[in-house]
Amino acid sequence: MTPVTFDLDRAWRVDPRVSMRPEPFGALLYHFGTRRLSFLKNQTVLAVVRSLADHPSARAACLASGVAEAELPAYARALAALASSKMITERISHDSGS
Amino acid sequence: MTLAPDMGTSPGKLTDLFQLGLDAPICLTWELTYACNLSCVHCLSSSGRRDPRELTTGECKAVIDTLQRMQVFYVNIGGGEPTVRPDFWELVDYATAHHVGVKFSTNGVRLDAAAAARLAASDYVDVQISLDGATREVNDAVRGPGSFDTAMRAMQNLRDAGFQGFKLSVVMTRQNIPQIDSFKEIADRFGAQLRLTRLRPSGRGADVWDELHPLPSQQRELYEWLVAHGEQVLTGDSFFHLSAFGSALPGLNLCGAGRVVCLIDPVGDVYACPFAIHENFLAGNVRGAGGFEAVWRSSALFADLRKPDTGGACKSCGFYDSCRGGCMAAKFFTGLPMDGPDPECVQGYGQAALAAAPAVAAPRPSVDHSHRTAPRSARGPVPVSIGRRRPSAHDCDESPLAGFAAAEANG
Repeated sequence: MTPVTFDLDRAWRVDPRVSMRPEPFGALLYHFGTRRLSFLKNQTVLAVVRSLADHPSARAACLASGVAEAELPAYARALAALASSKMITERISHDSGS
Repeated sequence: MTLAPDMGTSPGKLTDLFQLGLDAPICLTWELTYACNLSCVHCLSSSGRRDPRELTTGECKAVIDTLQRMQVFYVNIGGGEPTVRPDFWELVDYATAHHVGVKFSTNGVRLDAAAAARLAASDYVDVQISLDGATREVNDAVRGPGSFDTAMRAMQNLRDAGFQGFKLSVVMTRQNIPQIDSFKEIADRFGAQLRLTRLRPSGRGADVWDELHPLPSQQRELYEWLVAHGEQVLTGDSFFHLSAFGSALPGLNLCGAGRVVCLIDPVGDVYACPFAIHENFLAGNVRGAGGFEAVWRSSALFADLRKPDTGGACKSCGFYDSCRGGCMAAKFFTGLPMDGPDPECVQGYGQAALAAAPAVAAPRPSVDHSHRTAPRSARGPVPVSIGRRRPSAHDCDESPLAGFAAAEANG
């Protein structure tokens, strides 16, 4: 099963080999490297994923997309699933200095 | 398929969302040609001869442009044997250059070392080699003499070229279910992934359905095997009718016809699914106004297929949520009603329905491109025997001496 640990404070991005298609329920993702499909089940998680590359951390992307503090664990689990299927990958952040 | 975990705010199960259809298909089957070097007895598209109305190279590229605009992630290209089209590689290159991934099915006839090398170099092209027996005998009885060796040679070429994870695609039959572990060994040996799919009574499959479809005990065996192997093995989500044995199989347990999949045939006709080449499931043609996009978004047939299932005769069955009534094409081509059980319903309702069905012929495919004569190499022994028995009297009793002559000869 999907690991539940996900570092919200690191910088992430969508893998360049992933194609993302909005749908009424959220979005479909397809990874051309692994040839796997994933689904985003609502518009908020779509907004988070789309903006990952614009924020210094996943937490910042969540908060900017209107995710409440109390909802963060659920979004971390969704992002962990996407990370384990390589849809999103860690990015070397220019902002974090680490 | 992987599913992002439910966010709690989701309006419903994914199958419920998909049931209403998508803005574009997830994947789409595109049969590029009805021409084929083989004459498989169970061919779902009754392929053999090229259709003179086949889409031109330019028309195919226009379809690819549409798919790119609709963000269709990839197309499953098949046929016929797609690689015999002279513009096959040109179309593959055009699709991948336009961000439409390609997975194509082939019997391997054109997969020489050079073709394998170019395939191995691309992230955007995947290959499925068809093989329906783990031994030459079992395979060639269905796919024709020489087809086993052709497929094995193609897989060796892919392996030698370093293509990891291509697909070995098997249609499960009564004859090859006992070989299921051998198929896995073959796939492992070539670094391929095994893909098992369901035999449908579509195309020429209708003619051999009674002899080839799995026995009830084999369905159970197959289900157990699929459960044990999970996501290691691909199924095209084609065995969801087996989910009524117990827990659901991985993937989308739903008939995707017109909802998440469809077929474009070689002449541009759009059908609800690759197994439903019949005028009842014809939604339009890509040559029409608005092209494929208009067919997908506004065909009356697809709108109808995207209505929620009512369950019909299956509604009261406790397993309906698992199997959703099974496969539309399997029902149609065995003459069963669309809103009743699948002919291979694992609870036995399909057999009962077939037994109770009115004695009218099941629908036949509207389109047939079978070779008018079998290719010489595929021609088996003619199934007649030369009788040594003398005609009995009543076989030709127009002669007043018939009875007398027979008695004399036997005496």
